[in-house]
Amino acid sequence: MSAATIASPASAASNADDVVRMRDVKFRWPGARGFGLQIDSFTLPARAKVLLVGPSGTGKSTFLSLLCGIVAPSSGTLEVMGTDLTRLSHSARDRFRVEHFGIIFQMFNLLPYGSVLDNVMLPLSFSSVRARRASQGGTVEAEARRLLDSLGLDAHQFANHSTAALSVGQQQRVAAARALIGAPEIIVADEPTSALDRNRQLAFLDLLFAEADKAGAAVIMVSHEEELGTRFDQVVRLDEICRAQRGSAAA
Amino acid sequence: MSAPRLIVPRLAMQSLSNRALTAFLTVLAIAFSVMLLLGVEKVRNGARQSFANTISGTDLIVGARSGNIQLLLYSIFRIGNATNNVTWKSYQDITNRPEVAWSVPLSLGDSHHGFRVLGTTPEYFERYKYRRGQGLTFAEGKPFADLFDAVIGADVAKALGYKVGDPIVVAHGLGSVSFVEHEDKPFRVVGILEKTGTPVDRTVHVSLEGIEAIHVDWQTGMPMPGENITADEVRQMDLTPKSITAALVGLKSKLATFQLQRAINEYRQEPLSAIMPGAALQELWSLVGTAETALAVVSMMVVATALLGMVTMILTTLNERRREMAILRSVGARPTTVLGLLATEAGLLTLAGVALGVAMLYGVLLALRPWVDATYGITLAIDPPTAREWMMLGGIVVAGFLAGLLPALRAYRMSLADGMTVRT
Ligand SMILES: Nc1ncnc2c1ncn2[C@@H]1O[C@H](COP(=O)(O)OP(=O)(O)O)[C@@H](O)[C@H]1O
Ligand SMILES: [Mg+2]
Repeated sequence: MSAATIASPASAASNADDVVRMRDVKFRWPGARGFGLQIDSFTLPARAKVLLVGPSGTGKSTFLSLLCGIVAPSSGTLEVMGTDLTRLSHSARDRFRVEHFGIIFQMFNLLPYGSVLDNVMLPLSFSSVRARRASQGGTVEAEARRLLDSLGLDAHQFANHSTAALSVGQQQRVAAARALIGAPEIIVADEPTSALDRNRQLAFLDLLFAEADKAGAAVIMVSHEEELGTRFDQVVRLDEICRAQRGSAAA
Repeated sequence: MSAPRLIVPRLAMQSLSNRALTAFLTVLAIAFSVMLLLGVEKVRNGARQSFANTISGTDLIVGARSGNIQLLLYSIFRIGNATNNVTWKSYQDITNRPEVAWSVPLSLGDSHHGFRVLGTTPEYFERYKYRRGQGLTFAEGKPFADLFDAVIGADVAKALGYKVGDPIVVAHGLGSVSFVEHEDKPFRVVGILEKTGTPVDRTVHVSLEGIEAIHVDWQTGMPMPGENITADEVRQMDLTPKSITAALVGLKSKLATFQLQRAINEYRQEPLSAIMPGAALQELWSLVGTAETALAVVSMMVVATALLGMVTMILTTLNERRREMAILRSVGARPTTVLGLLATEAGLLTLAGVALGVAMLYGVLLALRPWVDATYGITLAIDPPTAREWMMLGGIVVAGFLAGLLPALRAYRMSLADGMTVRT
């Protein structure tokens, strides 16, 4: 086994606390020269803030796709919240995802139509669990506005705005609010800050982490900028946990 | 909070309004095609109705030997001309047969400002029936009695602004601008018929003798030089016609129809034809049917083209909408939701197109009805769609929905293949 060095206190603690556990996972994009990943072992502890770093094109986004069940491994086990995703059907994985994951993409996070508020509340239409949690303190709309405010986007001003008019930074805040609403256990973020300058990146992370802590969520974020690592509990290099292959190279 | 089921049509709507212009053009293309398809159907039915309603209560139409359809067309619909006439003697022979209850002679060949002039007997106004046995009624005046009396149809009166008592001059031949007019023997309007929706509306009716009278000093179609007979002199002459164009015949018993028809068709003295109006209409339909089918097929292909256009429109937007799909899947929308979204979009577009097309059709029908009536004598019914038409419209919506599955399946496959990053 290659080194799956996750030098954090959480990984040493009880396994029951891990929200994600991967073992011997293999995946390959379709096509003769499809890019493939092999992950020997990876765990994401509950409430941990993990930064996954690696150069562009090494499979970070592919790894996140696997982690949240957007694509399925060809072999191995992938347990999320104690459920083996490899045993679930496509649509069951889709349903499972919205219950437990909040996802922020690198770019183009928002539906070009509909208001900011519509976009933030979108997951609640597909998950009754998250809808229930979001309405605990009042209405879901109040919760959506609270999240926007705490992420630094004035809800009073922007809630009913069309998303098309927002700047990239503002769009990422809306995307973060959508990921956080209804308190899913895992926030997955694929280079959400790459379009921002360093100061704004750090400010965004602080706000994101504050809300994630409030919700009790783990955060796994991908970046090619290792310098961001200071804010995280743990930094994982992709090449430490997995081997990448291209084409028909032996697995 | 909206339920997951409800969000699909709502998203489809919002996504559509986000692309309002392309969506509108697509809807318009579908609307035009639907208008065409339904319009062809309406005109077809209108024409059939009008034709079927034109003659009723007549058992046989007799004319010179010719094709059944030709005889029907020139005697009743005033379309085309008779190539030959029926001699007065033959007509008398037929009229005097024991099976015959009544008969009305028809003499065509002259015109008045483009309207046909029909020479007949006053009995015509009692015997001619249309629309399931309805008889002719006078809006004004009465049937002709004098040699130079004329009864005009509703359209003639309206188009030429004639009132009872007005003089009219009949032209020889059928052109709307006639070179030679029978102006020495003017007629007088004595009656105006109520509108019927049949060629009667566009006909000037005079007595058989009247037709004879205007032709006494004419030979070979031109006035004979130096021979001018005045109207008063004409009244003294024997005006029994030598021939007529056709005759309507009613029988005492319908059972004798075939027998008499055969007798007339085998009439020795002269080649004659006798037709049953219903059978001749059927023959006409089977002839026109091929053209109708071709027209229907063409308009269906236009609908198919419009639906194809819609599919193309959705397909071209698909690439930019991959992000949309990725986002939707990331928040728990299943591939089937994505599938439903696009199919719903196609369904909505088609539904809107069909609705708009129907609305446009009724608008056009309403606007064109007076013109079609005046020009072709076809009264287009402005009824709600028939069961058959509803089925056609429903079929189009279903076809649109199904056509939408094509891009939907593609989007479904892409959303499965895209993963976290949308690659283009
Ligand atoms: N949706 C996809 N389909 C096929 N191949 C893909 C797809 N996404 C990524 N890949 C392949 O995986 C490789 C790694 O891409 P990615 O995971 O996006 O890397 P990173 O996020 O580290 O830049 C790419 O070079 C590409 O060839
Ligand atoms: Mg990436």
